[in-house]
Amino acid sequence: MFILIVGAGRVGSSVARTALAAGHTVSVLDEDPLSHERLEVGLDTTWEEAGGRFTVGHGMEVDALTEAGILEADVFIASTDGDNTNLTISQIAQRHYEVEKVIVRVMDPARAAWYQQQGLHTICPTQHAIEMFTSALGAIA
Amino acid sequence: MYVIIAGGGKVGWNLARELIAKGNEVTLIENRRTRYLTIEQELEHAIQYGDATELWVLERAGIQRADLTIAVTGDDEDNLLICQVAKEKYLCERIIARVNNPRNRSWFELLGIAPAVSATDLILRLIEHEVPSYGLVHLLDLRDEQLEIIEVEVGPDSPAAGRAVQEMSLPDGALIISLLRDGRGFVPKANTVIEAGDEVLLVLDPGLEDAITAQFAPGRDAA
Repeated sequence: MFILIVGAGRVGSSVARTALAAGHTVSVLDEDPLSHERLEVGLDTTWEEAGGRFTVGHGMEVDALTEAGILEADVFIASTDGDNTNLTISQIAQRHYEVEKVIVRVMDPARAAWYQQQGLHTICPTQHAIEMFTSALGAIA
Repeated sequence: MYVIIAGGGKVGWNLARELIAKGNEVTLIENRRTRYLTIEQELEHAIQYGDATELWVLERAGIQRADLTIAVTGDDEDNLLICQVAKEKYLCERIIARVNNPRNRSWFELLGIAPAVSATDLILRLIEHEVPSYGLVHLLDLRDEQLEIIEVEVGPDSPAAGRAVQEMSLPDGALIISLLRDGRGFVPKANTVIEAGDEVLLVLDPGLEDAITAQFAPGRDAA
């Protein structure tokens, strides 16, 4: 599968490496050229030599999205550090580019729940943390 | 009318002030602490501190009973999502969003956020209006009605100069609605002759601008 990941932070870069290792075509888009380094953590080769793609640009820019290969993408992952950017670009990917699978990271649980109801596949790390804290607390008290 | 304004920048603060002066009930939402404290000295209870993209902040401001939501932060994604949530989750019937980067306008349209107002576009239209050689000026888009109103200035070498309205071979879906001559406007008859220096107002179906430009701009007649 062709996977396009926007946002090469800790989460995005790890998902990118794992997906590449699993044999998928992986393209990463990030505004910060230095985020490229994070993709190579733990690799013996460069990201490109390992088979990955990297584009510098913003997820709202048509040119950057095109260069990163959104027209061929089967999966779109929005994992920048901004909820609002993620929600906006994932809806663009879904409605304009008609990417089949769109997954979006949303830190705010309330909005993650609402956008999930609206048909976006949302991942909410905050909600997971809340649940794990709550169950850890339940095990102690 | 109850209005919620997201973003206490120059636009938001002045909008709040004007709308309150006109007798509306207003809540301005601002998420920068110092900015909030500054504005709070003037607007008092009409401003709340918080991030208007968070649902509880909108609910605290009373989004459920808002007649109008205006999103004028400096961030296009924020403005887009605030309006989307106001419209689709809280069923606020009227929304207005500010577009900071005109390139993002198409995304607002894609996600059903209209009207989206871009200061850059408005200033560009003013420039077009003040610099007549620029040609055709967009005055108004009636999106829901699928119509546009434009203004064209007739130069001395325009193919339209000296021709009667009925001689103009305008495309279907284009209609001359008035002429401005020597500072006065009037509705032309079929035999009214268009003169150099006239400003012509037309109502159009979208997408006819090029055909109209060809009728009025010199050197591009029937090209």
